Amino acid sequence: MRARVFVTLKPSVFDPQGTTVADALHTLGYPEVTDVRQGKYFELEIKAASADEARRIASEVSDKLLANPVIESYRIEVADQEEGGR
Amino acid sequence: MKFAVVVFPGSNCDHDAYYAAKHVLGQEAVFVWHKDARLGGADAVILPGGFAHGDYLRTGAIARFSPVMAEVQAFAAAGGPVVGICNGFQVLLEVGLLPGAMLRNRSLKFQCEHVYTRVEQTDTPLTLACQAGQVLHLPIAHGDGNYYAEPDVLAQLERNRQVVFRYATRDGQVTDVANPNGSANNIAGLCSEARNVVGLMPHPERACELAVGSADGLALFESVVKSVAGLRTVA
Repeated sequence: MRARVFVTLKPSVFDPQGTTVADALHTLGYPEVTDVRQGKYFELEIKAASADEARRIASEVSDKLLANPVIESYRIEVADQEEGGR
Repeated sequence: MKFAVVVFPGSNCDHDAYYAAKHVLGQEAVFVWHKDARLGGADAVILPGGFAHGDYLRTGAIARFSPVMAEVQAFAAAGGPVVGICNGFQVLLEVGLLPGAMLRNRSLKFQCEHVYTRVEQTDTPLTLACQAGQVLHLPIAHGDGNYYAEPDVLAQLERNRQVVFRYATRDGQVTDVANPNGSANNIAGLCSEARNVVGLMPHPERACELAVGSADGLALFESVVKSVAGLRTVA
């Protein structure tokens, strides 16, 4: 089963990279892009009997390793119908 | 006394720390590979600078799970002096021996320069031989040194006098211009609540002889020696 984990800086944490990307977009002529937050994206292949179990494991590894709870939060999507429904 | 210098794959200031301890101070020093589960009977542990495990994922994020870290945590819990320099500081933050986290420098650049750092507290194993308010000229070399903690954590750090070093001007003024990376409250170094774990972004091990531009880091290494001697007297 595949879990996707999106890690982003918490809203309260300043994101100097995102700000710089936003500045570059404004220079490129996209003033309508008002804010950019940069983050990380992980695809996890998980051997799990159910989507719930895959989600539980993805959440556990996100807490332990993928995200630093001091500055980051994460969101998980589990897709159990992909890759021929495995 | 005996220093243990932990070597992670990607550490690159391990030899500088070893040199400062052994050849400048004339103390015993040993390297400890990150997969070793023993600290070799050391009196103090140094987590050196560098890019442990390539700094993949986040600085220090993988290194915190190196086998040696369980020993380092036990050593710290027993009151042993643990010093994290630059990447070593980042590892201490990731493993939770010190609070907070590092963000990318506000300049988005790898800052490699000499800065002035004011000693705020002298009751830690790394600053025992310093004067309060003493200004040290030390090099920094990092991309992620922008210290962050939630406001309540920052307030608690200040209340507990855990801010050990602050970026300052040459004459000791803590200003925004003197802050090379955007760190909250100009924080350059911290200690644990029990005060025996100290982390800092500047590199004292690269400033122990005038031939390299500054010998201001020497006082920090001398502090560790003095602190260990004190611990022995108490014991």
